[in-house]
Amino acid sequence: MKIRWLVSLAAVLLVVAACESAPDTASSAADDGSSTSANNTDGSDASIDSSNVETQVASIDASAPIPGTQEDLVQNVGDRVFFALDSAVLSPQSRGVLERQAEWLNLFPDAKVTIEGHCDERGTREYNLALGERRAAAARKYLMALGVDGSRLETISYGKERPYALGHDGESWNLNRRSVSVVN
Amino acid sequence: MHSCLIGADCRLMIEPRRPLRVVRLFVAGLLVAATAVGWLAPSTARADLQVDITRGHVEPLPIAVPVFYGETEEEKEVGRNLAAVISRNLEYSGLFRPVSPKAFIEKVSPSMLGQPRFADWRIINAQALVTGRVTLGPGQKFSVEFRLWDVFAGDYLAGLRFQSVEGLWRRIAHKASDAIYERLTGESGYFDTRIVYVSESGPLDNRVKRLAIMDQDGENLRFLTDGKSLALTPRFSPTAQEITYLSFERGAPRVYLRNLDTGQKEVLGRFPGMTFAPRFSPDGNRVVLTYAKDGNSELFEMHLPTGDISQLTRNDAIDTGPSYSPDGEFVAFESDRGGSQQIYVMESDGGSARRITFGKGRYGTPVWSPRGDLIAFTRQSGGRFAIGVIRPDGSGERILVQDYLVEGPTWAPNGRVLMFMRQTSRDPDASELVTIDITGHNERIVFTTTAASDPAWSPLIP
Repeated sequence: MKIRWLVSLAAVLLVVAACESAPDTASSAADDGSSTSANNTDGSDASIDSSNVETQVASIDASAPIPGTQEDLVQNVGDRVFFALDSAVLSPQSRGVLERQAEWLNLFPDAKVTIEGHCDERGTREYNLALGERRAAAARKYLMALGVDGSRLETISYGKERPYALGHDGESWNLNRRSVSVVN
Repeated sequence: MHSCLIGADCRLMIEPRRPLRVVRLFVAGLLVAATAVGWLAPSTARADLQVDITRGHVEPLPIAVPVFYGETEEEKEVGRNLAAVISRNLEYSGLFRPVSPKAFIEKVSPSMLGQPRFADWRIINAQALVTGRVTLGPGQKFSVEFRLWDVFAGDYLAGLRFQSVEGLWRRIAHKASDAIYERLTGESGYFDTRIVYVSESGPLDNRVKRLAIMDQDGENLRFLTDGKSLALTPRFSPTAQEITYLSFERGAPRVYLRNLDTGQKEVLGRFPGMTFAPRFSPDGNRVVLTYAKDGNSELFEMHLPTGDISQLTRNDAIDTGPSYSPDGEFVAFESDRGGSQQIYVMESDGGSARRITFGKGRYGTPVWSPRGDLIAFTRQSGGRFAIGVIRPDGSGERILVQDYLVEGPTWAPNGRVLMFMRQTSRDPDASELVTIDITGHNERIVFTTTAASDPAWSPLIP
């Protein structure tokens, strides 16, 4: 668990560092033609003229996530909110994250997400499936209150079956009582 | 099991020249015939040999189970296997102590089946004795015959003859074990049963959870799902031919129904969202389950022959974990309608719900005993989990076992033993299945090839 936490922390630091030195790294990225084609996921931009590509690439850092993707959501917005024990109440921090998610979803109107509800291991299996559904629904309701169309927001509960942190301690349980928005 | 084996009826059974009654059982297309036998035994007064299983800790009854007699090497091997499985079953019940074969004086012989030398068994202090014979006929047909004796009274107690195919010797051993248990305790046995459970493997954050089924002693393991998607909370139908369970195979969690013989499965009901926590009614015609939508979990009942659905609960709380009473009149379930997870009992049409747990902590996973007298539960309190039992009126709460995580009790068909999942704080990554007597004694780990959770104990196999 700790290692994963450190890795994601390191990733955030890298992004920050990369942003600060964006002009330098951007020019080197522009030399690498393969990274541009890799970014064209839908293939419809195949006819785009090369000067445009140059401009586009120059503005993107090679290590930065593609806008509108899960990586973008994780790194620049925050994909998850946390809950208190046996609760689906959104804390002020959780509301803050969801408000940023709503803004982000407004930026990418084609994006649809599935909101996963999760619980820690200190509960019974079936109750936790219900509680996970309640957490996912709480996040969905708040996003809808912020103007996101409900048809873009699915929910699924995994109860306690998919922990993020693998320890058996309070720190891990805090990280596991969560809802996670996953871009479809 | 043959009704002749119970209590006073046995006296009828041991009368000489009484016509044999035959029970024919179809098992996966194969015929097993169980016949009550008793024609060689003296018709004496009812024996006193009896194991009292209602008290807390009983001194296990010493029982001798010599190998069943056979003429050929093949028969001898089956005879050894039968005696070993019967011994193991009886020992695991905690009510019997098989005497070591090293102490046996009388050699296994054809005459021992009908008239053992009781003095040889008294001297090694075996109070009960099981004798048996295996005969292999043409093809794969074979017959097994056994008798149970009261050594000190010199009395015949019970006997059965089975005709079957050799591949089914294990089931015959279990049926013989059930007959012995029943004759000596006055309660029906639970050895010819199966366990369906969740087999777990792989790292905790990407755990593979597949349904597995095995005999109650861990043999004949078979996987029912491939592990590509989560499958959870399997429960048997009253005939043990079907299970209902939760699967994520189509993305959203859904309740499925699966025929164990044909492997055919179907999604239960057309609920536009997540369904989970299913359980069969005692008559097998209904399944009660939870349907969750927009953060609210409610109980619904589906009538299987018609597909009709009725809603049993209606509020903003979590209502889940339903379990019918054995007469089908009531449903126990868990709800946080009072502020925390507690157990309630309501009429099976949804009326008159009342809370039955008032102890310290949260209560969930109510499961009604097949005898109707108790409801087993999981309690969380003070950072620990416990398995306990309580009467349906909320009285007599008793904790049987506690640990880092114990959860999901399931009843043996005679209502005397519970099986549950356990994770210890020593090794919380591993989970195992454990049985315990409702007296709180005789805790035993059930052999599984992988980590395991969510056991469901079948009824006696018909």
